[in-house]
Amino acid sequence: MLEIVLSYPDLSLFLALMVLGYTCGTVAEKRHYRSIIRREKELVKLMVVNADGHFAEGAVRTAFLVNGSMVVSNDYFKRLLAILRNIFGGRVKAYESLIDRARREAILRMKEEARAKGAHMIVNLRLETSTIGRAANKKNRIGSIETLAYGTAVVMNRP
Amino acid sequence: MILTNVGSVPGKKIVEHFGIVQGSTVRAKHLGRDMMAGLKNLVGGELKGYTELLQESRQEAMDRMTAQARQLGANAVINIRFATSSVAQGAAELFAYGTAVRVE
Repeated sequence: MLEIVLSYPDLSLFLALMVLGYTCGTVAEKRHYRSIIRREKELVKLMVVNADGHFAEGAVRTAFLVNGSMVVSNDYFKRLLAILRNIFGGRVKAYESLIDRARREAILRMKEEARAKGAHMIVNLRLETSTIGRAANKKNRIGSIETLAYGTAVVMNRP
Repeated sequence: MILTNVGSVPGKKIVEHFGIVQGSTVRAKHLGRDMMAGLKNLVGGELKGYTELLQESRQEAMDRMTAQARQLGANAVINIRFATSSVAQGAAELFAYGTAVRVE
């Protein structure tokens, strides 16, 4: 066994990275989704709308900007899957779930900030996604993804 | 300074407009953080260093924007929008803009 590993160092490193990426990535994703679902249930009472609100006079005490963001990247194994997908085309599931949880996490962080400051609702939610990091300027490569959620938190006079 | 991203300040009346104000910053992260991010790229997950860096930079862009608004005599910035672009390898530009107004 050791002989095989030693005689093909490149291949065994590649396989080791793939296994490492797969196990760590899958565990991290599952744990993250569990935490997202739990916190979404907790924060469901805090309303978020993406239309700008019209309020009656005297109904609003204060309004301020809140934001939340997350930078996330995929593991080695899933990146490889995505590269293979580039050949055959079709849905790239590995990246769908990555962006989905980054976005939900960004919204949750924004809501947590709003709740900590005593807001009753958030209006005019905007979402933005951008790629950053080393691979950002290279063609056909996705590096790390940043998602940003921002909106106006509103504190009402009579909730 | 009141900041909102809707076209008005809820609960307050706008009395004067001052036009567009903007602030931006270009940031690169240091080598240690970059190496950690490279390692994190193998196992996936959140790159906390980057998240913090971008939040700090965004705060700075907003600070510059509000400083500009204050110079004009405004006490609120409405309709704020954010934009991010990567200008060079390993550097990102964070940009914030909005309309400076005075509210009662």
